[in-house]
Amino acid sequence: MASHGDNANVFVRDEGRAKWHDESLWLIRTKRDSVARTVPEWEELRTAAAAIKEYTVANLPDLLERFETNARQRGAVVHWAADAAAHNRIVASILEARGVSRVVKSKSMLTEECGLNPYLECRGVEVVDTDLGERIVQLRNEPPSHIVMPAIHLRRQEVGELFARELGTEPGLTDPTRLTEAARRHLRDKFLGAEAGITGVNFAIAESGGIVVCTNEGNADLGTSLPPVHIACMGIEKLVPRLSDLAVFTRLLARSATGQPITAYTSHMNGPRDGAELHIVIVDNGRSELLAKKDYRQALGCIRCGACLNTCPVYRRSGGYSYESVIPGPIGSVLGAARDPARHQSLPYACTMCGSCTDVCPVKIDLHAQLFGLRRDLVSSGAMTSGKRSASRVVSWVLQNPRAYEALGSAARFISLRLPWLARFALPAWFASRDLPEMPKRSFRQQMEDLGGE
Amino acid sequence: MASDRDTILQSLRDSQAAASGDLPQVRIRPEVYADPVAHFSIAVESVGGRCLRGSREERVALIGQVIESTAARQVRWEQLPGDTGGTLGAVESPQSLAGVDLLVAGGRFAVAENGAVWVDDGCLTERAGLFLAQHLVLVVRLEDVVNDMHQAYERLQSADFGYGVFISGPSKTADIEQALVIGAHGPRSLTVVLES
Repeated sequence: MASHGDNANVFVRDEGRAKWHDESLWLIRTKRDSVARTVPEWEELRTAAAAIKEYTVANLPDLLERFETNARQRGAVVHWAADAAAHNRIVASILEARGVSRVVKSKSMLTEECGLNPYLECRGVEVVDTDLGERIVQLRNEPPSHIVMPAIHLRRQEVGELFARELGTEPGLTDPTRLTEAARRHLRDKFLGAEAGITGVNFAIAESGGIVVCTNEGNADLGTSLPPVHIACMGIEKLVPRLSDLAVFTRLLARSATGQPITAYTSHMNGPRDGAELHIVIVDNGRSELLAKKDYRQALGCIRCGACLNTCPVYRRSGGYSYESVIPGPIGSVLGAARDPARHQSLPYACTMCGSCTDVCPVKIDLHAQLFGLRRDLVSSGAMTSGKRSASRVVSWVLQNPRAYEALGSAARFISLRLPWLARFALPAWFASRDLPEMPKRSFRQQMEDLGGE
Repeated sequence: MASDRDTILQSLRDSQAAASGDLPQVRIRPEVYADPVAHFSIAVESVGGRCLRGSREERVALIGQVIESTAARQVRWEQLPGDTGGTLGAVESPQSLAGVDLLVAGGRFAVAENGAVWVDDGCLTERAGLFLAQHLVLVVRLEDVVNDMHQAYERLQSADFGYGVFISGPSKTADIEQALVIGAHGPRSLTVVLES
């Protein structure tokens, strides 16, 4: 498996795209900031959201049982899946028993995590992702590169070429409005012809047994209000205890995600439609193991708004695919590395420790501190690469020895001022995309002494 | 062999010392707008919708304007606030609403904070209509504008619905290069009529 750094190298080769990616996401971050500022009680909301999620995680088994009872009472069929394989089997068997071969799906990172689409396709089921961004990446045979904006890594020309090939739009068409119109027509036929709809779940309410799905496009609603079967797939952590808790989360979610005051559609489903079926598949797939890790269980509070991705200087400049994890960005690094440290060992280092993710997280997950903890775990488990380990030892020794620090400082100043070529020669990788700052002739300490300070 | 259900619940119970803590009490200072109705109409416009105001008597004329401006031919009326008498007859299938140009439906209440209107299946024949129609008009009584989402969920606490949705503006997407496009899969326009 390639490291985050190696993958990022590929992404930044296209400078225009990398710059555009960085700037578009930063723009969303600034929208989030301005809309959050219009809510004077923003910090109170974050504190409340964190407390509700902490309670939920601490009481998860009881809440899950209560949810199950209430959802059944409302006429839903509740299924449990310990892992991805069980999840896929359950969904496939529901479809098979009803002879379903055409399915429309709205966005769900969980089904992505479980690899549901290829599983169903192998069994002859057509699965159409209906979120526009997801449809685009599906037609390109790619995974989403962002959890809220799946096709953020693509430019309009690429979408135009794709649609010309797959949907028969006129070649050279790049106007987003007309491309969206073409997708609308294409997908409307799919909605009207679907025999089942699959959705994710944004929130599941223990006290009512209801589920809530949020979209801007209305695709989840079309996908569940037309066909006779709705399958909703949810991770065990999607619960909230009470209906009133949704006031807190609906106020935070879209503002944090895109800077909207609320998503265009926040749909509440209590049981199935008249004459239709609702199946709810509750999935663990490693979440209970994460919950057992005291230091990282907080990450289960994530509501998948994507704010930490949009603000992260590393994500913005390296793109979602560099993470090789279903969920990219800071939260994805935590979830991936906490679950499988050996596989994702470069992810805790795909971080500058700036803490911006922690500042914007609507449920106050201590993301940068968790990434720091994951680095510590890697070191103590001996999984760290030998190069990094020896470099850390050297740095640690230098920082503990004032004389060594002083000597190294003057050596660095000497080299940068007199022999910059030597530095370039010794550290070519570091210099590939960086340059040395202009160094002062004397150290800070020396300058203080010159001024007569202590 | 243990079922997946038992396996999951058992491993959750094993992984924690004990279920802990009381339910957190959420005490957020409520938004109190000097003029919630004015705030609501600004919020609706900001999410790409329109807000009209008028009396019950002006309803047909106001909605007539929308029918005209959208050039809607097939218009469907659901049960609106204050309407008495039977609901519309059932439709053959939700798919049969695919040709509706404009749907007029009733909202139970509206939220000043974010321009959302709550609509539920208590006054809808088929919820699919809300999303299949090319254009949507939602009629809400003026006195049913609440300040924020906390008040909104307070109202829903005692409500009985199988399906309900907060609708804030028309259907939209920005999935191609972050360019905002109104009319993704659902209605291309949303007009909220606040009725006194």
